[in-house]
Amino acid sequence: MSQPTEVTHGAHAHEHAHEHHGPQGAWETFLHYAWSTDHKMICFQYLFTGMGMALIGGFFSYVFRMQLAFPGKVVPFFGTVSPQQYLQLVTNHGTIMIFWVAMPVLIAAFGNFLIPLMVGCDDMVFPRLNRLSYQVFLLSAIILVASFFVPGGGFGGSWVAYPPLSARTDYNLSPIGCSMWISAVALEFVAFLMGGINFITTAMNSRAPGMKAFDVPIVVWMIVIASILFMCSVGPLIAGAVMLFMDQQVGTGFFDPGRGGDPILWQHLFWFFGHPEVYVVLLPALGIVAEVITTFSRKKLFGYRTVLYTTIATGVLSFFVWAHHQFISGIDPRMANVFTITTVLISIPIAELCFVYIATMFGGDIRFRTPMLWALAFIAEFLIGGVTGIWLGASGSDIYFHDTYFVLAHFHYTFYPIAIIATFAGVTYWFPKMFGRHMNERLGKIHFWGTIIPFNFIFIPLFITGSFGDHRRIYNYNHFPELATPFLQDLRIMATVALVVMLCFQFIFLYNYISSAFRGPKAEKNPWKANTLEWYAASPPPHGNFPVLPTVYRGPYEYSHPDRKQDYWPQYIPDDKEG
Amino acid sequence: MQGKPIATLRSASGTPTGRLAVWWLIASEVVIFGGLLASYIMHRIGHPDWAYQAAFTDVRIGGFNTMVLLTSSLFAVTAHHYAEKAANWLLATVAGGVLFAAIKFGIEWPTDIREGNTLTSHPFWSFYYTAAGLHACHVIAGCAIMVWVQNDARHNRELQRVELIGIYWHFVDLVWIFLFPLLYIAK
Repeated sequence: MSQPTEVTHGAHAHEHAHEHHGPQGAWETFLHYAWSTDHKMICFQYLFTGMGMALIGGFFSYVFRMQLAFPGKVVPFFGTVSPQQYLQLVTNHGTIMIFWVAMPVLIAAFGNFLIPLMVGCDDMVFPRLNRLSYQVFLLSAIILVASFFVPGGGFGGSWVAYPPLSARTDYNLSPIGCSMWISAVALEFVAFLMGGINFITTAMNSRAPGMKAFDVPIVVWMIVIASILFMCSVGPLIAGAVMLFMDQQVGTGFFDPGRGGDPILWQHLFWFFGHPEVYVVLLPALGIVAEVITTFSRKKLFGYRTVLYTTIATGVLSFFVWAHHQFISGIDPRMANVFTITTVLISIPIAELCFVYIATMFGGDIRFRTPMLWALAFIAEFLIGGVTGIWLGASGSDIYFHDTYFVLAHFHYTFYPIAIIATFAGVTYWFPKMFGRHMNERLGKIHFWGTIIPFNFIFIPLFITGSFGDHRRIYNYNHFPELATPFLQDLRIMATVALVVMLCFQFIFLYNYISSAFRGPKAEKNPWKANTLEWYAASPPPHGNFPVLPTVYRGPYEYSHPDRKQDYWPQYIPDDKEG
Repeated sequence: MQGKPIATLRSASGTPTGRLAVWWLIASEVVIFGGLLASYIMHRIGHPDWAYQAAFTDVRIGGFNTMVLLTSSLFAVTAHHYAEKAANWLLATVAGGVLFAAIKFGIEWPTDIREGNTLTSHPFWSFYYTAAGLHACHVIAGCAIMVWVQNDARHNRELQRVELIGIYWHFVDLVWIFLFPLLYIAK
């Protein structure tokens, strides 16, 4: 390696000069941001696209929850909901929230922002591939949103898209929408494959001098392991998407029993990806929480290597649990036993990680800033999601609970902490680095409580309705006398009211986010007094990130070291110097 | 190397960045083809009667194409070997890829279709056209990239890409080594 610390390379210097030169037209400014290859700009592209899609997905949930609480009534800002529209809304709510919110924000946005900064280099290894990956992702989002407006409307066959309903356009009644949906999903996968290769290669090859494998911050490890999991699991579903598309539009019969195909094959292809996908989004969330908890507990992460090995074990195990989604799909009961065992096994490493985080906080000097509140809420709420999963992993009880609101409440107790709570932890924690300003702490805490309390009031009632037998895909419960009881309907109304309250509190966040980005108090380089390399760069980091590329001298979590006056010991400070 | 960030030039793992990325690309492709072929194999095991359909595939054309593709891989190796001498071996690989595609799209598939074996006539043929078609897409993409790489290499630029496209081309070859027995020989 010849002189890696000299930053004199042409492209960034040129771009930097360009930025400050003369008056620019609006078009040039637009191109400057839209065609940027800078990893931070691509982070913002992913982040803002993800937030926009979250608003769409959130609006969908509002419309169908209103329909469930007040069936047949006019929903404000929407109108009456037809059965077909209801199915389109729930299908696309699920699809958007997982593929266009959780994935781009947790993996792509945080991965893009954090990996180059945390491993101490100036950009991703393939900046243009990175830009292409976002553009393919954006195209996929446009195709998905456009599918709501074509004749027949969007796809309404649920986000798992089981055939024959999804494969036969004369069944799903959305001849164009269903193919746009599957094309959008496949394109989104391709975008994240490109992004994943970039993340993995950057973390493997571009680490700062002195940064060994166990000096890499946990969140970077988590995003890399998640990218590998994604890469190893998504392939069969890409092939499956091609097959489903051809079933819909060309007339092949891969998944159509009437034409010699097998609908269960799709379930295997989908869930072979679908279950590792849970861990693909969970791991970055766990990584963000690890960073926040160590910083705000002023303590070293309890068992760095244990966390790492546990994560790898989780990743490997996650490939052997998929059929627990298919216990009522005619699976052999002996095979169901095998998958019950692997499913219950995988709760061990995840429980271990929760204990590790609690042990990290134990005896620490805990500071309850907004990011820390989100991180603590993540552990508490995710725990409920994990524990309720045991009923569903066991094939015996799952036969009763399958496709009820119990399942729905369970996976919202896992995905909501992942995609929303951990994201808020990350957004509030790295906000000073992203924008060079602080968010308003009081508004942040109001938003926190206004989100967490209603969240529990949405899904705890749904656990109850689910255990009373509420099926997931019913449009109007008045059609089912045994489910149309006042008790169950009150619970449904309670969930809907809590949802509306929670959605309203998100506007406080949006206000806080936007106004703080422009007018918040200025943040210094290292406002949280954290150790990792991104806090060595200016806030916000310029092109090329660092004035001089850093060298790493120690692990990322050296807080409260007994030999030092300060309670933190950044990775970039040589042993003989005070920071 | 103007315009490349320092990140691209670092090599903390000891493997050059480009080679590392190509291997990860291949890993993801292995899973895509793996999923498709695993689905196909499960169907073949479950439906012994598909062998009747498979009997209509032409082993001679398939075998000849296998030879063409393997030979083109040999030229990819020589291209790598003589990369610094600016020899045009990579174009020989492209010629092999083009010949492969020409035989497939010009002779083999029209014959199959004329015999009534179309994409929708039977699930075997659906798999046949999907798997071979996906593979042919990789052949065509590989040829296009090789022309581009060759153009740079001729001016002594980005010589490492001769090796990288070679790795990819061997992978495309290897996929065919799986497809040929599964689609043509297994009757």
